[in-house]
Amino acid sequence: MIDQRHYLDFERPVADLEARIEELSDPLATDDLEAPAVEMKALRQAAQEIRARIYRRLDPWQKTQVARHPDRPHFSQYVAGLIEDFVELRGDRKFADDQAIIGGLGRFRGQGVVVMGHEKGDDTASRVEHNFGMARPEGYRKSVRLMDLAEQFGLPVLSFVDTAGAYPGLDAEERGQSEAIARSTERGLTLRTPFIATITGEGGSGGAIALAAANKVLILEHSIYSVISPEGCASILWRDSARAKDAAEAMKITAQDLLKLKVVDRIVPEPVGGAHSDPAATVKAVGDAIEEELKALTLLSSDQLVEQRAARFYAIGRAGSGAI
Amino acid sequence: MAEQDPKRKLSWLAKIAPGVRKMVSRHTGFAGNLWLKDPNTGEMVYQPDLEQALWVTPSGSHMRIGPAQRFAYTFDEGLHERLPAPESPDDPLKFTDDKPYRERLTAARKATGANDAVAIATGRIGGTQTVVLVQNFAFMGGSLGTAAGEGFIAAAEAAVARRAPLVVFTAAGGARMQEGALSLMQMARTTLAIQTLKKAHLPYIVVLTDPTTGGVTASYAMLGDIHLAEPGALIGFAGRRVIEQTIRQTLPPGFQRSEFLLEKGMIDKVVHRKDLPAVLASILGVLTAGRATAA
Repeated sequence: MIDQRHYLDFERPVADLEARIEELSDPLATDDLEAPAVEMKALRQAAQEIRARIYRRLDPWQKTQVARHPDRPHFSQYVAGLIEDFVELRGDRKFADDQAIIGGLGRFRGQGVVVMGHEKGDDTASRVEHNFGMARPEGYRKSVRLMDLAEQFGLPVLSFVDTAGAYPGLDAEERGQSEAIARSTERGLTLRTPFIATITGEGGSGGAIALAAANKVLILEHSIYSVISPEGCASILWRDSARAKDAAEAMKITAQDLLKLKVVDRIVPEPVGGAHSDPAATVKAVGDAIEEELKALTLLSSDQLVEQRAARFYAIGRAGSGAI
Repeated sequence: MAEQDPKRKLSWLAKIAPGVRKMVSRHTGFAGNLWLKDPNTGEMVYQPDLEQALWVTPSGSHMRIGPAQRFAYTFDEGLHERLPAPESPDDPLKFTDDKPYRERLTAARKATGANDAVAIATGRIGGTQTVVLVQNFAFMGGSLGTAAGEGFIAAAEAAVARRAPLVVFTAAGGARMQEGALSLMQMARTTLAIQTLKKAHLPYIVVLTDPTTGGVTASYAMLGDIHLAEPGALIGFAGRRVIEQTIRQTLPPGFQRSEFLLEKGMIDKVVHRKDLPAVLASILGVLTAGRATAA
């Protein structure tokens, strides 16, 4: 497990320790069978402590890297861990199926639901298949279709947001990327059933809000949600994409800042060392939070759900509504 | 005048320019040059001629205009009443890049005389009482922040209160980065405001002008009952440079221009600026005569 890990720059101290543990765990490397066991125990404990210390104090740019970590649980893992009887529904009925957004029907802890989310893929082939989680118009038209279906049959919608942004390509523009995003946001806002969005990784701009115009917006502890990527912001405002760290800080993209701004409603804590250090625990924690929120929303009528969602978004950024 | 060689004229002007410019600016309050460059052809155009032509150059370039001119050109006899945009907190994130956002806001306010990037007015278009919102590109690239979002919501409320249609002239580089996720939220907030118009069966007409990109296009600019556009306007989601870097090829000429969007089915009609009031009048006249609105 350890040798497969991707270490981030700031995880260097942990990486060094874990490399040493790896060395010691090789029985051929030493003759003394007692000493390594003692040392390893101490090293493991030290590594865990250092990891915890690092993750307690991640800056916004470090969080950006955690949010983009290749081992961070993706949509497919949330579906596998939380949705029984999942039936994937494909296609926008207009042009194509876009695998950057996946969706379908299933049961969430007994309750029939429609689920949808960005999928980034987890190896080269699947990343290409899912276009790195960057959807084309067909992805957003599929999400509209799924929300229509949810409303028709009175099912709640659970979305999982994890995208660098909508795909900036020629074909996407030709087929109306802007209109598709706008319609998906609109469909979320008008939905007459409960809608819970969870930002599990990167919430990148319009491509993210198209799946997050929800009654409740949850976010993982080290996820980010922003109007433009830190690199994009830096290249425009500082004319230097290397200033991404500064942009990440200035834009207030962390879960903690977004909660203060009321852009998100609830932070789901991650295991020590981030979601990627224990995907199963992360998926379960997200499920527990969704279950709680869903229970509360189920008490509201369709009219109340639409009103609550409108009030939620109207309140954001209004004078006296608690800016940082 | 238009027949003469504009370059010759410029060189003649250039010789005496310092003195003349000072005089001109003193007498007319005009700070800049009387000659402007056609963004398409590079030709110099005499400003009073340009004003006469609604800021459309002889080659047909529709130059960017602000709210004052837009209101004057759009309403019957130019008559209108400005509606106040609600106040909203400045600089909610205490944002600083090269310069503090506050300083940028102050400079933009000084340069435009407006509080933020949208202006709202009401008046008649072809006799139909209408609320018009104009996005001003001269104010920080027309960018959509909290103030502009609140302005949009206020314009929709004003339209509903008057049982009047809403016409929005878009012009923006996109969301205002200096307000972070709060600017992103305006995509949802403006979309909510549009729903109140829909519920009231009031027409919501979008006129896309140069340029309309990013989060503005991906929200209220693409949710109109009818989409009109001025000729040659840049309209798109992603910026040209970003797309070229992504697909590693050069984009065809005319890509993301009004005519391209017309061909792709995203807008209903490309309309010359001088024809806009008449086209809007026809559309509004018919839509408001329908059973749904006429009540």
